[in-house]
Amino acid sequence: MSEYRIEGATGAWEVVVGLEVHAQVTSHSKLFSGASTKFGAEPNSQVSLVDAAMPGMLPVPNRECIRQAVRTGMAIEAQINKWSRFDRKNYFYADLPQGYQISQLYHPIVGEGSIDVVLDDKDPENSIKTIGIERIHVEQDAGKLMHDQHPTMSYVDLNRSGVALMEIVSRPDMRSPAEVGAYLRKLRSILRYVGSCDGNMEEGSMRADVNVSVRKPGGELGTRTETKNVNSVRFVMAVVEQEARRQVGVIEDGGSIVQETRLYDPDRNETRSMRSKEDAHDYRYFPDPDLLPLELDEAFLAECRASLPELPDAKRHRYENALGLSPYNAGVLTAEVETARWFEALLAATSAKAGKPEAEVAKQAANWLMSELFGALNRLGKSLENSPVSPTAGAELLGLVAKGTISGSIAKQVLERMLETGDGAEAIVTREGLTQTSDSGAIESAVEAVLAANADKVEQYRGGKEALFGFFVGQTMKAMQGKANPQMVNEVVRAKLGASTA
Amino acid sequence: MTDLTNLGVAAIRDGVAAGEFTAREVAEGFNANVAAAQSALNAFIVATPDKALAAADAVDAARASGKPLGKMAGVPIGMKDLFATQGVQTTAASHILEGFVPEYESTVSQKLWDAGAGMLGKLNLDQFAMGSSNETSFFGNVISPWKRNDGGNAGLAPGGSSGGSAAAVSARLCPAATGTDTGGSIRQPAAFVGISGIKPTYGRCSRWGIVAFASSLDQAGPMARDVRDCAIMLEAMAGFDPRDATSLDLPVPAWEAGLNPDMRGLRVGIPREYRMDGMDADVAKSWDNGIAWLRDAGAEIVDISLPHTKYALPAYYIVAPAEASSNLARYDGVRYGLRELPDGAGLQDMYAATRAAGFGAEVKRRILIGTYVLSAGFYDAYYTQAQKVRTLIARDFEAAWAHCDVILAPTAPSAAFALGDKSEDPLAMYLNDVFAVPASLAGLPAMSVPAGLNREGLPLGLQIIGKAFDEQGVLNAGLAIEARARFNAKPEKWW
Repeated sequence: MSEYRIEGATGAWEVVVGLEVHAQVTSHSKLFSGASTKFGAEPNSQVSLVDAAMPGMLPVPNRECIRQAVRTGMAIEAQINKWSRFDRKNYFYADLPQGYQISQLYHPIVGEGSIDVVLDDKDPENSIKTIGIERIHVEQDAGKLMHDQHPTMSYVDLNRSGVALMEIVSRPDMRSPAEVGAYLRKLRSILRYVGSCDGNMEEGSMRADVNVSVRKPGGELGTRTETKNVNSVRFVMAVVEQEARRQVGVIEDGGSIVQETRLYDPDRNETRSMRSKEDAHDYRYFPDPDLLPLELDEAFLAECRASLPELPDAKRHRYENALGLSPYNAGVLTAEVETARWFEALLAATSAKAGKPEAEVAKQAANWLMSELFGALNRLGKSLENSPVSPTAGAELLGLVAKGTISGSIAKQVLERMLETGDGAEAIVTREGLTQTSDSGAIESAVEAVLAANADKVEQYRGGKEALFGFFVGQTMKAMQGKANPQMVNEVVRAKLGASTA
Repeated sequence: MTDLTNLGVAAIRDGVAAGEFTAREVAEGFNANVAAAQSALNAFIVATPDKALAAADAVDAARASGKPLGKMAGVPIGMKDLFATQGVQTTAASHILEGFVPEYESTVSQKLWDAGAGMLGKLNLDQFAMGSSNETSFFGNVISPWKRNDGGNAGLAPGGSSGGSAAAVSARLCPAATGTDTGGSIRQPAAFVGISGIKPTYGRCSRWGIVAFASSLDQAGPMARDVRDCAIMLEAMAGFDPRDATSLDLPVPAWEAGLNPDMRGLRVGIPREYRMDGMDADVAKSWDNGIAWLRDAGAEIVDISLPHTKYALPAYYIVAPAEASSNLARYDGVRYGLRELPDGAGLQDMYAATRAAGFGAEVKRRILIGTYVLSAGFYDAYYTQAQKVRTLIARDFEAAWAHCDVILAPTAPSAAFALGDKSEDPLAMYLNDVFAVPASLAGLPAMSVPAGLNREGLPLGLQIIGKAFDEQGVLNAGLAIEARARFNAKPEKWW
């Protein structure tokens, strides 16, 4: 692994990064109220009396949100705290109806855990770095202020007010923008596997506060700044780079870094100061007296554990070891839960179609998915989720190849026809007469014709230019519109060329 | 016909059920009393005579058609204006909520309406239930119907914060009323006006829809003229509510049916720390009377120690304001209630102007205290320490239960004081809660019953504190005292 360094006037600097990721919990209703969490509704249409903080209204914890946080903690093999408590974080703002956010400062529901990130996709096993997770706690989101609705006033939309967030706090274990990117992608992948957050950064389902400091390699930790609410992987990586460079510049110019909150401006690709520690709020945290401590019993924990799916690391290992996929392919196919799900559906259907165990068709299925289908979808500008070809349809195609009904090159044509027409592979092959021929007489006469028409090349071949073998095979295939069984063509070409020399 | 407004809850319920009079006649009688007393006593912030009549008519109709009647059928009551009532202004006696009409009904009030009670009006109180004299109300203080027997005409405090409830029940403006008790707000006013009132175990009554003061302490309870009426009404008010996370998931006992004044085989603890230096002689004497009455009822009297009692009041005046400072943050002028928006004001200016204009002095004082004790650098010294004290207070009671079944103590250190007497001295006012606060901090059921009159002719109350969930034991001891105190004094009508 190459070390990421900022080259300054006084030498190389190391960057130290920790992230606080706010992940919106996937749940139908809010953390402490029954109001819907659906994205994109009319402003203030999903606001309960509790969310609007009407007098006398009380929060009641939503079991599903707690469950999702616990499952997430289990997925990163973190300590699950059977006893945790909610605290109030007090401050005034128009998007915060209660005048406090219910959060967990003193006793979070999830303690220490970790996430393994792969830094080199081509060599996953030898490029793993473990990023420590300090804690995950559950808290309420705030509402949204709208400043563009009126010339002199701001409007408030409380739809998001009270929606459950998990705050996932990493250790300051990251040392480069690449590591930060890998960590965020892996975290998002795990959340999506678990189903506890949709990871949709565009809709604000995941936002990161980025803590950055710089130091001379191996030296004392520097003073950090916190850049708030960064909402894409790319921006987070940019913040790390820009902020590290800025800090090095400040220090090398004789200044010092002040602990402060900063904002990222993507248009100018720079961070700027929001408020310093001196004017930081005193949040007056204290245990929320409306809520009892959260106590989790064994049955609840067991249910949470049992509901966890196979997670990306385990899946990647299984793809390599049990299915024989390359580390790279296994990595790509397991990175997103949708891809893995699609692949597994394809694999199961192909195995059934071909009448062979999954392990025997896995490589073929993986290669086809990654080179043929991904390529085709890319050209069409579509993702796997809205692929016009379903796993079952793909399996039908792969089954034809596995049984020798069509060749690999014909399969490419068939896929194109499938994408154009939406028809099934078998129907296309039958309709268009694409069935592969293993008729030895037809293949022999085609080979003879090719050799006769290229007598000069036959001479060259026999003179030692063996690379021409492929030319004869290709010409034969072309003459038979690709429908000849390639293996038989190979054999016949070899036999005919050899026979004459003997 | 006898004056129906002299009847209590049980008598009205039974009379309506038996057809001796109609619920409408009862409601009309109390509506008239409410209207006649309003200018003199100021017990109500809003009267709702039509609500009382509508509920009464529904009960009369139900009875006529032979339908079963609820526990409170035909009983019109007063509702402390801390309970949200759908379609009826709910203010917590604060300017900041003046004109606020909720679209929802508190759980406790809904349960009462479901039981057949009707609403005479919303009762005055100390602003946000912060006070011991009802002098902090934005809508003017309530005046006690009681006068000293010295011939003077000084207006007396009805106690607080449920001062409107106390005055109204005592003056026969309603047979019973809801109260809430955070640090004595049911018990102390009940004692001041010679009625009964019980604060149940924390969590018995849902807090949903009650304007919050200090969430870990607030409990609703009934205030009525005798112990049986309290038992009936508490049954109607209590019960698990999934909308309140601190609500007790326990069945509601049949407290009325379980009433039994026989104290044989029971031990009554007398906490030595409550007998303070310079104790009012009449209060001390009424306490001694109480001891004698319970002994007469068959109880064994035992001396007990609650060693951390002296720390209870300071701990309470840290915990309660801390919670209040946060609970009252929602009154910010953004969504409902008062909004003060000076010319050119920004958001922070609006907050400041709204809260400055909307909150009274005592509310501001407690918000400041609460903000201070929670602030960085002071949190551990105040809030954490107070929570530790709270744990020790609870342990004191736990230890005491090894030696006794209920505890007997005075409700308040004095009888009612004159309006204005203590309003300039917050600490003197806070001292009124000294006997009430320990049970609040421990979440225990506690009630005040009338014990007699002092030499000025003013009522004194005795307090019974029970084990968690043992409201029955508390009510029974109260009944034993009630049977012997034979308290039947009522204020001379001057209004």
